[in-house]
Amino acid sequence: MNSRARILLSVLGVVLVLLPAFAGNYVISVATLILYFAFVGQAWNVMMGFAGQLSLGHSLYVGVGAYVSAAMFVNLGIAPWAGLWVAILVCMALGAAIGFLAFRFGISGVYFALLTIAFAEFTRIGFDHIEWTGGSGGLFLKVAQREQMDLLNFRGPPAMYYYAILALAAGALAICAWLLKSRAGYYWQAIRENEEAAQALGINTFRYKMIAVLISSAMTAVSGVFFAFYYNNLFPEQIFHISRSIEIILGPIIGGIGTLFGPILGAFVLTVLADSITEVLAYFGVEVPGIKQVFYGVVLLMVVMFLPHGIWPTLARKLGVTKS
Amino acid sequence: MPSIDLIANVVIAGLLTGLVYGLMALGLSVIFGVVRVVNFAHGEMMTIAMYAAVALFGAFRLDPFIAVIPVAIVFFGFGYAMQAGLINPFITRPEHSQFMLLVAVAIIMVNVLLMIFGPSALNVQVDYQLESYEVGKILFDKARVFAAGMALATSAGLFIFFKHTRTGKAIRACADNNLGAKVVGLNVKHLYALTFGLGSACVAVAGCMMILLVDVTPSLGPGYTLLAFVIVIIGGLGSMPGALFGGILIGVSEALAGLFFAPSAKSMFGFALLILVLLFRPQGLLGRKL
Repeated sequence: MNSRARILLSVLGVVLVLLPAFAGNYVISVATLILYFAFVGQAWNVMMGFAGQLSLGHSLYVGVGAYVSAAMFVNLGIAPWAGLWVAILVCMALGAAIGFLAFRFGISGVYFALLTIAFAEFTRIGFDHIEWTGGSGGLFLKVAQREQMDLLNFRGPPAMYYYAILALAAGALAICAWLLKSRAGYYWQAIRENEEAAQALGINTFRYKMIAVLISSAMTAVSGVFFAFYYNNLFPEQIFHISRSIEIILGPIIGGIGTLFGPILGAFVLTVLADSITEVLAYFGVEVPGIKQVFYGVVLLMVVMFLPHGIWPTLARKLGVTKS
Repeated sequence: MPSIDLIANVVIAGLLTGLVYGLMALGLSVIFGVVRVVNFAHGEMMTIAMYAAVALFGAFRLDPFIAVIPVAIVFFGFGYAMQAGLINPFITRPEHSQFMLLVAVAIIMVNVLLMIFGPSALNVQVDYQLESYEVGKILFDKARVFAAGMALATSAGLFIFFKHTRTGKAIRACADNNLGAKVVGLNVKHLYALTFGLGSACVAVAGCMMILLVDVTPSLGPGYTLLAFVIVIIGGLGSMPGALFGGILIGVSEALAGLFFAPSAKSMFGFALLILVLLFRPQGLLGRKL
């Protein structure tokens, strides 16, 4: 990181920390959404961007993390600070199971991606039939008075959620920056580029792929807990749906897969894009269902076609923050 | 415990529907087997075909068995153009890049359908949908029998094309050895586009038949995409008989799950089967060793 990058990052940090002081609730809610996608995108990026394992079923960890913490809170009255750890452990166990089965049996590429979808879909239908968590009817958290801050139960005004997700996103960025420069980070990149060669060099590819899955699933579980307490209602049909998994991975892919700032930039671009499409359509009085998503799809198509490495590498060169 | 007659009826219905599923999956399998690109917009194409049949029925009272001809021709052209224009440049790109491309296409397809036809369920009504053949105590719905027959005939046509025509053999050569195919002078890009066109035509036929059996909404697309994946993985990606076999297996298991458990749990069996197959026989039940 050069000095220019440090300055830009500091400015961004200061702006984000001060945002609630001068922005209204609408801007804060959009910013919260952006940071949420930046965080969960970062989590997915550890598995795909760093270690090259394509997961199309990350909604599994979001959903299970959300359901575990929310069900413990609603049914047993256990505070989310305790539920969080259970959620992380359950998701890591799931990730370990999927990773173990897939990597032991030599499943990779498209097949691995489909296996992750299958587990997410299987779990979605399963949760439709679990009465303890409300089945397909959904699980609801009592919406507390938003003016009072109740940190213990993680209920409070929008700014509290904003700072929570900001801390998570910043923490994820720091962890990922450290991981990428660690021994595991270099091993992952070797595995991503050429697994056989990595193995030939003596890297225990099974172990390092497992580590990537465990870190990614744990981080995604945290995002699930945040999701549950921010949105207050959970439906298996929505939270485990494959479109959720796709939503998670759009950010890093649009931003730049395997880069540190790609997930953040991608989340920003996509959320702002979706919102501005809504605004523009509302301005012209267009109310055709689906038209917004069509625009979204077209922009996605353009980015994939013309910026195959994502927006960040190009932007980073323009800003002069990369070495090359 | 349901009676044996009821079970037999349910199994027969599942088997016939499964053949239509199989034809849909065959399209996906052929495309993957040759082009090595997973068509994540497959189910969305299926729903487009179903809507095309609904529109032709609404406008001209065209029976889906007649509508299938223009729809399949248009789909063939559309598939050819999509491969030639959109996907060919992505052949050498990484998998996630191809995946994103087709996901974008799928998002556009679902929502264009939503814009044109709205969110409510549509169908076609022809008189033979209510009739059935009776053999002993077992009823065969006429529409289901015709649809399954059409699916079988289309699949048989495709088998013959790949086994016995020059073009079919050329396409198989591309699938076996891409470089070799180029060396002997085959126009690989044209053959890829042709394959995508054929796969699309399969989906077109399957869609026109499926509209006789179920109502269509735009949101059916992703579900059919997943269903097609489940079927081809179980049968073996790239194996043509595997796709039909997988289709029947899923059709019957869905029907039985609907009878013995909750209908909403039916696709859970498909996914469970998929997970087992991926773990213990990743090349699929009828697939060649990976």
